[in-house]
Amino acid sequence: MKTLTSLAASASLLVLSMGVVYAGTLDTVKQRGHIQCGVNTGLPGFSFPDDKGKWNGLDVDVCRAIAAAVFGDAGKVKFTPLTAKERFTALQSGEIDVLSRNTTWTTTRDSSLGLNFAGVNYYDGQGFMVKKSLGVSSAKDLDGASVCIQAGTTTELNLADYFRSNNMKYTPITYDKAAETVAGFDAGRCDVLTSDQSQLYALRIQLKDPGGAFVLPEVISKEPLGPVVRQGDDAWFNVVKWSLFAMLEAEDMGVNSKNVDDMKANSKNPGVRRLLGLEGIGGKGLGLPNEWAYNIVKMVGNYAEAFDRNVGTGSKLNISRGLNALWKNGGLQYAPPFR
Amino acid sequence: MSNETKSAAAHTPSRTAIWNNPTFRSLVFQAIVLISVAAFFVYIVNNTLTNMAQRGISTGFGFLDLQAGFGILMSLIEYDETHTYGRTFFVGLLNTLLVSFLGILCATLLGFIIGIARLSRNWLIARIAAAYIEIFRNIPLLLQILFWYFAVLSALPSPRQSLSLLDLFFLNVRGLYLPAPQPEAAFTAVGVAFVLGIITSFLIARWAHKRQDLTGQQFPVLLTGLGLIIGLPVLVFAVTGFPLTWEMPALQGFNFRGGLSVIPELVALLLALSIYTAAFIAEIVRAGILAVSHGQTEASFALGLRPTLTLRLVVIPQALRVIIPPLTSQYLNLTKNSSLATAVGYPDLVAVWAGTTLNQTGQAVEIILMTMAVYLIISLLISTFMNWYNKKTALVER
Ligand SMILES: N[C@@H](CCC(=O)N[C@@H](CS)C(=O)NCC(=O)O)C(=O)O
Repeated sequence: MKTLTSLAASASLLVLSMGVVYAGTLDTVKQRGHIQCGVNTGLPGFSFPDDKGKWNGLDVDVCRAIAAAVFGDAGKVKFTPLTAKERFTALQSGEIDVLSRNTTWTTTRDSSLGLNFAGVNYYDGQGFMVKKSLGVSSAKDLDGASVCIQAGTTTELNLADYFRSNNMKYTPITYDKAAETVAGFDAGRCDVLTSDQSQLYALRIQLKDPGGAFVLPEVISKEPLGPVVRQGDDAWFNVVKWSLFAMLEAEDMGVNSKNVDDMKANSKNPGVRRLLGLEGIGGKGLGLPNEWAYNIVKMVGNYAEAFDRNVGTGSKLNISRGLNALWKNGGLQYAPPFR
Repeated sequence: MSNETKSAAAHTPSRTAIWNNPTFRSLVFQAIVLISVAAFFVYIVNNTLTNMAQRGISTGFGFLDLQAGFGILMSLIEYDETHTYGRTFFVGLLNTLLVSFLGILCATLLGFIIGIARLSRNWLIARIAAAYIEIFRNIPLLLQILFWYFAVLSALPSPRQSLSLLDLFFLNVRGLYLPAPQPEAAFTAVGVAFVLGIITSFLIARWAHKRQDLTGQQFPVLLTGLGLIIGLPVLVFAVTGFPLTWEMPALQGFNFRGGLSVIPELVALLLALSIYTAAFIAEIVRAGILAVSHGQTEASFALGLRPTLTLRLVVIPQALRVIIPPLTSQYLNLTKNSSLATAVGYPDLVAVWAGTTLNQTGQAVEIILMTMAVYLIISLLISTFMNWYNKKTALVER
């Protein structure tokens, strides 16, 4: 009988704890004092720990921006490195509050995993990397090739689609981690390494001989990458979504980490004043302090700064803005109005 | 006195209330426990499903019929990206069974050889066996798999510089390529002859055994058996006019095409699993042999049996009783360890099904339940078989 009672007790505890975990992520996060953020295990430019163990990258900066908005302290984030295969389960189970790990927005993921995509922080597309010695110049020449890919990605699916629609054959070599994928390509286990193009450039610098490999011109898919949260928690969804928008709006308004204090003191532009919480609704609807966006710009920077520092001209990857330029510069990045 | 006791005993049940009857009580309590446990699980499953539905996570097994849309490196059954998710389950399962089966076979062979070598009176052989055991038993299996794959097999040359033997066999970083037999229709006869050979040798062996028990006369069972199993099919093969052609592997484009190929992922996993598990099996074999008292060997020598015969007829049959139970757990370990396949990209059940399929569909609960059920069933089957074999050998005791 005693065992039964304790069984019942632990069962009710289990149920109770389930209830607690999902009681509004924003409140939980505020109580806990930090954000738990799921990132890539190591992808230069997007999320990569430096030699002191500090995480850097475009995806990492999204998490820092959220922390700055919620706590006024961009340092209040803990990072959970995840492989492609682990990421969704980690988010569904509540192990992380937000997933910011070069994750492509697709129907299946948005509609049947119980997740919501909060925006796009990088517009990407899938490409192919080959060794120069292979002697091909187009993806159309790849019939019969062995291709290294990473498990649990959209990459696996696009690859199958592309070869099938072009009536070509291929052998997929599927690894779990990027490091193994790179090692396999280096060793010649496969002729081609395929992945999102930005990631190809990031993986290329990890090759033994980066100069010996190049990226083919074809882009075979659309890969809008962005932060993801659990479905059914709209307050938290809003916080993540607008943290990202704040970075874009700041770039749009010409506010950056260096001039933000000056702007706050002197700007007469109503748009800037609303963004920085001097006028308008501020952080009220989001459940955040009024200077939430100011904190993001001050501590993390606007989108252009984050882009240049991590993947753009100020980084080893040297990727041009392309699709990721602001809408008014011919790109796709666009934030709804702050008012 | 004895009469009194009897009648008292006979009366007791009718005098006590039914809830004081120990059998009844224990039955009731067991029923209560069973029902509560069942109710607990029903509640948990229900709770999980409702919660998942509330959060918009799909549930159920409907996804099994959807098109998978991704390729798999190696499949024993026909598969391409247009097949269903359900099919990827079987592709992964068969790949797991393949590597486990081959692994058990190799590990047993190697383990027995090393275990016996460890007891050899030849100093060098015994030392080498001991070193083997200590080295491979103490290095984590995952490291050994990675070593074979990324250090050894990755060092092989590219397809264009393949190592070749007689231009029939090719070895390169993409795997081992062999000529593939292409049987014609008449080849079935050879197969039939082979099966017939096995059946007749089996019958002859039984007959010879009986006759030896009765009369003491021996019969060359091994030679006749080999003759029947190998000789008969070869004869039929020749008579039917060699109905077999070979498909040669040839370099075409980026890779070898045609022929049979063995992928390096399988080889690395198999090598590591066999070598690692063999070290444990060797120790089990050594323990088993040492458990047979030395008197048995001496008695056998005194009867004039040669050392090899002593080992085969006296020591091993008795040692097997000690060896088989722990051997079973090694087999179970090997099967479960085969799930480390995902580290080198061998498409086993965990990599394909609980990896890619899980990730593409997001149906973690269903997929993990099915995966656990599979490993449970494989393990139960292996241990049932080994228990049966154990019972059989246990009876050999004299
Ligand atoms: N955007 C794709 C691919 C994401 C992905 O995982 N890409 C690999 C490219 S090799 C990666 O980032 N791997 C790094 C790692 O796991 O360490 C998706 O969402 O499925």
